[in-house]
Amino acid sequence: MSDNSHPLFEVQNLKVAIDGNEILRGVDLTINEGEIHAIMGRNGSGKSTMAYVLMGHPHYEVLDGSVKYKGLDMLDLDTDERARLGMFLAFQYPMSIPGVTVAKFLHSALKAREESGEVAVREFRTNLNEAMNLLGVDSSFASRYVNDGFSGGEKKRLEILQMFMLEPDFCILDETDSGLDIDALKTVAEGVNAMRSEQRSMLLITHYQRVLNYVKPDVVHVMMDGKIVRTGGIELAETLEENGYEWIEQELFQNTEATGIGTAEA
Amino acid sequence: MAPETEVKNPALDINDEYKYGFSDPEKAVFKAEKGVNHDVVDQISQMKSEPEWMREFRHDALDVFESKPMPNWGNTGLLNDIDFDNIYYYLKPVEKQSTIWDEVPEDIKNTFDRLGIPEAERKFLAGVSAQYESEVVYHSMQEELEKQGVIFLDMDSGLREYEEIVKEYWATIIPPTDNKFAALNSAVWSGGSFVYIPKGVEVDIPLQAYFRINAQNMGQFERTLIIADEGSRVHYIEGCTAPTYAADSLHSAVVELVALPGSHLRYTTIQNWSKNVYNLVTKRAVAHENSTVEWVDGNLGSKLTMKFPCVYLVGEKAHGEILSIAFSNEGQHQDAGAKIYHAAPNTTSRITSKSISKGGGRASYRGMVKVYPDAIGSKVHVECDALLMDKESRSDTYPTMEIAEEQVQVEHEARVSKVGDEQLFYLMSRGLTEEEALVMVVNGFIEPFVKELPMEYAVELNRLIQLEMEGSVG
Ligand SMILES: Nc1ncnc2c1ncn2[C@@H]1O[C@H](COP(=O)(O)OP(=O)(O)O)[C@@H](O)[C@H]1O
Ligand SMILES: [Mg+2]
Repeated sequence: MSDNSHPLFEVQNLKVAIDGNEILRGVDLTINEGEIHAIMGRNGSGKSTMAYVLMGHPHYEVLDGSVKYKGLDMLDLDTDERARLGMFLAFQYPMSIPGVTVAKFLHSALKAREESGEVAVREFRTNLNEAMNLLGVDSSFASRYVNDGFSGGEKKRLEILQMFMLEPDFCILDETDSGLDIDALKTVAEGVNAMRSEQRSMLLITHYQRVLNYVKPDVVHVMMDGKIVRTGGIELAETLEENGYEWIEQELFQNTEATGIGTAEA
Repeated sequence: MAPETEVKNPALDINDEYKYGFSDPEKAVFKAEKGVNHDVVDQISQMKSEPEWMREFRHDALDVFESKPMPNWGNTGLLNDIDFDNIYYYLKPVEKQSTIWDEVPEDIKNTFDRLGIPEAERKFLAGVSAQYESEVVYHSMQEELEKQGVIFLDMDSGLREYEEIVKEYWATIIPPTDNKFAALNSAVWSGGSFVYIPKGVEVDIPLQAYFRINAQNMGQFERTLIIADEGSRVHYIEGCTAPTYAADSLHSAVVELVALPGSHLRYTTIQNWSKNVYNLVTKRAVAHENSTVEWVDGNLGSKLTMKFPCVYLVGEKAHGEILSIAFSNEGQHQDAGAKIYHAAPNTTSRITSKSISKGGGRASYRGMVKVYPDAIGSKVHVECDALLMDKESRSDTYPTMEIAEEQVQVEHEARVSKVGDEQLFYLMSRGLTEEEALVMVVNGFIEPFVKELPMEYAVELNRLIQLEMEGSVG
C-alpha cells in the first residue's frame, strides 16, 4: 500500500440482515486506487452477502454503516446506478437470460453507460472479438444465449469477458476461481492481471489460496461470521493454506476469554 | 334503404386535398347503415356486382349467424358486451383501388406512410396490399411474379377475375357453420387477399397485406384464401396492423389456406389492434402430402382476441407448425392457441406458444391436438411457455389431446415462469435500468418467435414490446 494512496472504496461498520438474520456484523474495509484485495473465508461466512450488498441487491436490509465509492454514498443508489459509476460484480452464480445473446447483452450494457445511448456496432464487434481471443473463448460464444446451458467454466469466463468489455473501475469477483480446472483458472487469472491498472481496484473473494498464486493481492482479509477478523499481506493467505482457519478461531476465542467480551455483539 | 353519403369521419372527408379527386365525390364513399340484416348483405353484394352464388352464400351465412348462439366458452363476459347492432358492417373508403402509391388519397396514404408501407414495399416485399376499412385501397406486385403466374389480388378482384378457382376452394375449409363469427364474416366479408402460387413457383420474399380500421364502431371482415400449388413456396405476412383509436370495433376475419402436395406455405401475423378492438378470427389450413404449413402468429393488441390457427394434416408426411406469442396488458385478454389434426400417416406437427401477461392482463392458451386412427408414425410436439410480469396478471392453459392411434409420439411441455428478481439484479448490475432489464428478459423470452420474422418485423416487434413495457417499473 502506497502512502499517498487515494481510497476508491470505503466500507464502514457495515451491518446487514436478510429475513431478520444479521449476516454482516460490522465490516470495515478501505481499498485504494490500483489495489487488489483478497477476502478469504469459509463457506457461509458472509462473502457473497457482502458482494451483493455492495452492488445493491434489493433483498438485503442495511442496518448500519456506510459504503463510499469515489466519495459518493453508494447505499442511496440503485444497482444500475452503481454499475454505471463503474462498479462491477462477477457473480458466484451468474444468471441465465434465455433468448438474449452474449453480444446483444454486452452491447446493451455498454450502451447503457453512454450518454448518447449509442455504441458503434463495428467497433463493438472488434473489441468483443479481441476480448474473446484474449480469454480463449470460441467466437461462437457471442451468439449463444447468456449463460443458457453454459458449463460452470464457461459462466466464469463470461463474467470475466464482461469485466473486460465494461472496463469497470472497481471489480468484485465472487469466487470466480472456484469450480475451474487449472487451465481455466490460469486464463481467468490472466484476464484479471491484464485488467490490473493504477486506477482500477479489485476485491477478490475466494475460499482457496490457489488463485492467489496467479493473482497477487496487495492485501488479504479473512472474513468469519460476518466480520473481517484478520488483515495482512500475502503471507496471511499462505498461513491459511497451511493451517486452515482453526487457529484464527482459537485466537479469537482466547481474546474473548481474556477480555470477557463476546465477538458477537448482537 | 338509401346509401348513406354523409361522411362523419374527418379522416375520410372528401375535399380538394385529394390529388386525384373522384368525379362524383358524393358517391365515392359509401357507408352502410349500422347493424346487419339481409338488406345490408344484399347491398354489399350488389355494390360489388357479385355472382349470384356469392350473394346466396352471404344470405345463407347470415341465417347461420342469426341462428347460432354466442359461444358459451372463453371470455363470455367480454363477448356478450359486443353490440352487433351498433357496428358498421361495410364502409367503402375510396371509389377504386390504386396500383400507384401516389394515387392513394392523401389521408389514407399518410396513415400508411406512417406505418412504413411504401418503404417496406421498396425494401423487402414482393407484393403489397393495403386495406382501409372494408376495401383494399392499394395493391401492387412485382412484375416478375406476375409473369410467373402468381396471383395476388384483393379478394373481391380475385372473385371477379378468377371466379372458377375461388369457387372451387371457397369456404371448403371454413364453412359458415363453423362458428358464429365465421358465419358473420361469410355474410358481410369484404377485402382480404386472394393468392395463388402456380406449381413449382417459389416466391422468395414475402407478400404482404396491411389492415387498418379507422372509423368508430367499424367492423372489418376481410376474407383471405391462399392456394399454394404443388411444389410451390410462399410467405404471406399480415402486417403490423396499426393502432386505431376507434371505440369498440370488431375485426372478424376468415383465412383459408390450401397447401397442395409438396408446397410450403407460411402465414405470419403481427396483430397490434388498439385496445378496444374485438379480434375474433378463424384461421385454418389444409396440408396435403409432403407439404408444410406454418402459422407464425403474434398478438399484441386488441381487447379480446380469440384465435386458434389450425392445420389439418390430410396427406402423408405433411407438416404443420404453429408458433405464437401473445402479449396481454391491462384490460386485455389474449385467448389464443393452436389446433392440429393428424389425419394421415407420418404427419408431424409442432406447436410453440409463448405468452406474456402484465398489468393485470390475461393470456390463455387453448390447444387441440387430434390424431385420427391410422395416422401411424405421427409426431406431435407441444410447448407452452407463459411469463408473468406481476401478481395481478393471469395465464391459463386449456390443452386438449385426443389421440386415437397408438403408434404415435406425443410430447407436451408447459411452463409458467415469473421474471426473477435475481435475473433483474444480474442485468442491472451491468448498468441496465430496471425497465431495460425487463424489456431484455421479455425480448429474450420471445426470441424464438422473433427470429422467424423478417428483420424489419423483428425490429418493429421489439419496439412494440418496449412500448408495452414502458411504465412497468414503479
Ligand atoms: N437469502 C438468504 N436468506 C437467508 N439466509 C441467507 C441468505 N443468503 C445467505 N444467507 C446466509 O448468510 C450466511 C452467509 O452466506 P454467504 O454470504 O452466501 O456466504 P459465503 O459467500 O461466504 O459462502 C449463510 O449463513 C447463509 O445461510
Ligand atoms: Mg459465496
